[in-house]
Amino acid sequence: MSFEMAEAILLTIATAATPLLIAALGELVVERSGVLNLGVEGMMVMGAVTGFAAAQLSGSPWIGVLAAIVAGAVFSMLFAFLTLSLATNQVATGLSLTILGLGLSGMIGESFIGTPGLKLQSWVIPGLSEIPLVGKFLFAQDPIFYISILLTICVWWFIFRTRAGLTLRAVGDSHGSAHALGIRVIRIRYLAVLFGGACAGLAGGQLSLVYTPQWVENMTAGRGWIALALVVFASWLPWRVVAGAYLFGAVTIAQFHAQAQGIAIPSQFLSALPYLATIVVLVLISSNRRMTMRNTPASLGKPFVPER
Amino acid sequence: MRIELVRRPNPSALYSALSPLLALAITAALGAVMFALLGKAPHLALYSYFIEPLTEVWSIHELLIKAAPLILIAVGLSVCFLSNNWNIGAEGQFIMGAIAGSALPILAPDFQGPLVLPAMLIMGMLGGMAYAAIPAVLKARFNTNEILSSLMLVYVAQLFLDWLVRGPWRNPEGFNFPESRNFHADAILPEIMSSSGRAHYGFVFAIIAALVVWFTLNRTLKGFEIRVLGQSPRAGRFAGFSYTTTVITTFLIAGALAGLAGISEVSGAIGQLRPVISPGYGFTAIIVAFLGRLNPLGIVAAGLVLALSYLGGEAAQITLGVSNKVSNVFQGILLFSVLACDTLIHYRIRIAGPARAE
Amino acid sequence: MRNTTKLMLAAVASFGMAAQAQAADVKACFIYVGPIGDFGWSYQHDQGRLELEEALGDKVETAYLESVPEGADAERAIERFARSGCNIIFTTSFGYMDATNKVAAKFPDVKFEHATGYKRETPNVSTYNSKFYQGRYVQGQIAAKMSEAGVAGYIGSFPIPEVVRGINSFMLGAQSVNPDFAVKVVWANTWFDPGKEADAAKALIDQGVDIITQHTDSTAPMQVAAERGIKAFGQASDMINFGPETQLTAIVDDWGPYYIERVQALLDGTYESVDVWHGMADGNVVMAPYANMPDDVKAMAEETEAAITSGELEPFTGPITKQDGSEWLAEGEQADIGTLLGLNFYVAGVDDQLPQ
Repeated sequence: MSFEMAEAILLTIATAATPLLIAALGELVVERSGVLNLGVEGMMVMGAVTGFAAAQLSGSPWIGVLAAIVAGAVFSMLFAFLTLSLATNQVATGLSLTILGLGLSGMIGESFIGTPGLKLQSWVIPGLSEIPLVGKFLFAQDPIFYISILLTICVWWFIFRTRAGLTLRAVGDSHGSAHALGIRVIRIRYLAVLFGGACAGLAGGQLSLVYTPQWVENMTAGRGWIALALVVFASWLPWRVVAGAYLFGAVTIAQFHAQAQGIAIPSQFLSALPYLATIVVLVLISSNRRMTMRNTPASLGKPFVPER
Repeated sequence: MRIELVRRPNPSALYSALSPLLALAITAALGAVMFALLGKAPHLALYSYFIEPLTEVWSIHELLIKAAPLILIAVGLSVCFLSNNWNIGAEGQFIMGAIAGSALPILAPDFQGPLVLPAMLIMGMLGGMAYAAIPAVLKARFNTNEILSSLMLVYVAQLFLDWLVRGPWRNPEGFNFPESRNFHADAILPEIMSSSGRAHYGFVFAIIAALVVWFTLNRTLKGFEIRVLGQSPRAGRFAGFSYTTTVITTFLIAGALAGLAGISEVSGAIGQLRPVISPGYGFTAIIVAFLGRLNPLGIVAAGLVLALSYLGGEAAQITLGVSNKVSNVFQGILLFSVLACDTLIHYRIRIAGPARAE
Repeated sequence: MRNTTKLMLAAVASFGMAAQAQAADVKACFIYVGPIGDFGWSYQHDQGRLELEEALGDKVETAYLESVPEGADAERAIERFARSGCNIIFTTSFGYMDATNKVAAKFPDVKFEHATGYKRETPNVSTYNSKFYQGRYVQGQIAAKMSEAGVAGYIGSFPIPEVVRGINSFMLGAQSVNPDFAVKVVWANTWFDPGKEADAAKALIDQGVDIITQHTDSTAPMQVAAERGIKAFGQASDMINFGPETQLTAIVDDWGPYYIERVQALLDGTYESVDVWHGMADGNVVMAPYANMPDDVKAMAEETEAAITSGELEPFTGPITKQDGSEWLAEGEQADIGTLLGLNFYVAGVDDQLPQ
C-alpha cells in the first residue's frame, strides 16, 4: 500500500466517521443527564434536509450548517417537551420522533430532489498539509471535521472538568438527590436535549453538505442508530466515542477495499464486519465491571417529576 | 407560565379510559389542520385513516395480519422492558426465527405431512431464542450492554438472510432471483376464515401469547420476580432473586415470541423467504410495547391501533393522493398525542405562573 | 357525536359521487418499492407515470403508493388498488411477483403489469422488463477508450441476474475495444445509501480505477468521481447536473413510452397480456447525451448505439467464454432469453466471484 493510498483511505474514514462522532457526542451529553433519546435518526435527517435547503436558498453552505444545527435543536424540543414536561416514556417518544422526522424531512425536501448541493469547502493549511501520511488527514479537511474534534475535547472538558458538568452527571446519576440539593433537574435536561439535537442536526448537515452534497429521502440510512450504539460502545466516555466512530468507519472502508481486491468471501459477510467488530470490542472492554458501572448514568431513561 | 405535573396518589381510572379518546381527538384536530394546509379535505382524510380500513371485511383481515407480528413481538419485549433489559434487537430475532423455521420446507421439501407446521413453529421459536441468547449471555456473563449488542445483531441477521436467499437457499427453479423456493402446502400457516380474507393463525398466536404473558406477569411468582428486579435490582437481590437468570429468561421469552412472529409471517403471509421479510416490525413493536403501557392486554389494543394507522395511511394515499411522507407525519402526530395523553393517568397538570420557584 | 359522523359520511358520499362524475376512462395505479424521492428506480417509474398523465390527459387518472415493502404489505396494497377501481395496476419491483399473481387471480377484470418478473399465472398478468444491459455495452466501450489505467470500478447493489447482466455486458463492450481491460466490482449490499455508495466509489478510486460505473440508485458516486477528477457513468436518471465535467453518459430508464402504450391499448380495446423485454429500439433504454469525451469516442458510442437499436448488434453474441474458461456461446450464437433472465455467472475477465 502506497503512502498516497493510505492518506486517501484515512480521509475517507474521517468523512464516514465524522457524522457518527458528532451525533454520538450529542447523545452522550443527553444520556449523561439521564435522558435516553432514541430519536437521533429523526433529528439527523431533519438537519440534513434543512441544511441542504438553507444552503440552496441562500447560496451559502455555512448558512446551511447553521440551519442544520438549528433544525436539529428545534426538533429535539418536541421530544423534550413531551418527555420532560409531560413525563412521557422516553423510548417510545424518541422512536416516534424518528418516524415524524423521516416523514417531515421528506415533505420539506420534495422540491430539492435531483438538485446537486453546495459543498462546504475544505480548509487546507499550507505547509502542514504536506506532511506525509497524516498531513492531509490533520490539515486539509472540511470544517466540520475540525468541529468534531473540537467538540470531543469540549465535551470531555465540560463533563469532567467543569462544575456544570458535575451537575449534569449528578442529574443523570440520581435525579432525586440532585433535586434535593436544589439542582433544577428539568432545566438541565432540557439544555442537554437541546445540545443533543443541535449535534444531531449538525451531523445531518455534514451528510448533505460534505459527505454527499445532495438531498434524497432517508439519506441518513440508519446512521442515527449507529450513533446511539456508539454511545453505549463508549461507556459514555467522549474519547471512546472517537475510537468507536473511527473503528466503525475503518472497518466499513476496509471491507470495500477487500472487495475491490477481489477477496473471495461473500460480500454480505464483509458488510457485517463493522457490526460484529463493535460487539466484539465492547465485550472485551466491558468486562471491567466497575468502570462501566461508574460511567453508566444510573437514572438513564427514567422520567423525573419533581415532588413538592 | 410553566407546566407542572402533580402526581396523583393512585393512577386515575377515569383517565385510563379517557386518555385514548382524548388522544384521538387531539390527533384528529392536528391532522385536520395539517390536511387543510396541504389543501386536502380534512374530513375525507380522517375518514380514510380511521374508518375506511374498517368498513370492509377483507380489510379487517389485513388489519389482523399487520397487527399480529407487532403484538407478538411487543408482548415479548414488554417482559424484557419490565425487567430493565433493553432488548432493541427484536427485528433480528424475528428474522432468525423465520430462517430457522423455514429451514424445514426449504432444505427438506419432500418431508411433508401434518408434522411439518408444528415443527416449523417450534424451530422458529428456538431460532429466535438462540439469537436473543447472544445479547443475554453477553450481558449476564461479560457485562456487555445489550442495547448495542442486540441492535448490531439486527444488521447481521439481515445480511445473513440476504446471503442465504441469494446463495445456498435460492430457489432452484427461480431463475436465480433472490428468493427461496415456495413453501409446500403443509408448510403454510392456515387462514382463520379463508372465505372472507387471508388473516392467518398468527393473530391467534398473538392473542394467546398476550393472555399467557399477562397471567404469568400478574399471577405467578416468576412474574413478580421479573417486575421486582426491574423496579429495584437491589431489592430483588435481597429477596434472593437471581439477576442472571432473569436476564436470560426474559431475553429468551422475547426471542421466542419474536421468532414465532417471524416464522408465522413467513409461512402465513409470504410463503417463502425473501431478502426483506419485515418492514421494521421489530422496531415498531418497541413503540407498541410502550403504547400498551407494557401490559400485554394494552399491547393488543396498541398493536391494532398502530396497524390501523398503516392501513389508514395507505387508504389516504389512494383516496387523497397524499404521499407516504404525509402518512408518516400523521402517524407521528398520533403517537405523540397518545403518549402525551397517557400522562394524565398518573399526573394532574397545573399551569403555574412564572414567578414560582421550582 | 352521532350527528357528526352522519354528516361526515354524507359529505364523503357526496364527494365520492362528484369524483365519479368527472372520472377518467381508465384509472392506472402504480406501486413503488422506494420513495419517489430516491432519484433512482422508483423516481423513474414515477416520471413514467407523469409522462402518462401528460400524454393522455383527462382520459387517464393515476394513483400511486410509494415505499411499499416487498412482504405481506405488498399483497394488501395491490388488493386495495384493485378494489378502489383501478383498471390497470403496475407493480414495479421484482419482489411483488407472487403478490401480483395472487391478487390478479381474485380480480380477473383488472389488468396487472409486473416489472422484471417471470410469473404470469392468470391471463390478466403481463410482465415487462428492460434491456438495460444494452446501454452497459456502450458504456463498456467508452470506458475502455477513456480509461488510462485500463481498469474500471463497478459499484453493484446486490448480485441478482439484472446486475450480473450489466457487469457482463459492460465487460464485453470494454473487451471489444481493449481485450485486457479489467473491472473491479464492489457490492454495496444496498440499493440506496448515498454515504456507503460514496465510500465504495472512494475505495475503488484509491485502488486505481479511473472510471466509475454504478448499479445503485444515488448520485453519490458521480459526485465523488467529480471531486477526484475522474469520469463516471450515471444510473437510472441523467445525472449530468451532479457531474457536468464527469458524466460520460447515463442509462436512463424511461418507462413512459411503455406506460402510455399499455394504457392507450386499454382505451382502444386492443389490450392483450404480454411478456416484453424492451430496449433501445422501443425508447425504454435511453442514453443521456454523450459528453466529456473526444469526438472519435463519441462517434464510436453513437455508432454502437445505432447498431444495437437497429438490432444489428446484440451484446450477448458469441464467441463468449465464461469466467472459469469454459465456452458459453459459440461464434455467432446468441444467448437465449431464459439464460439471460437468470444469468448467474461472469464472462471471462471479470475480477469478482458470485455467491453460488
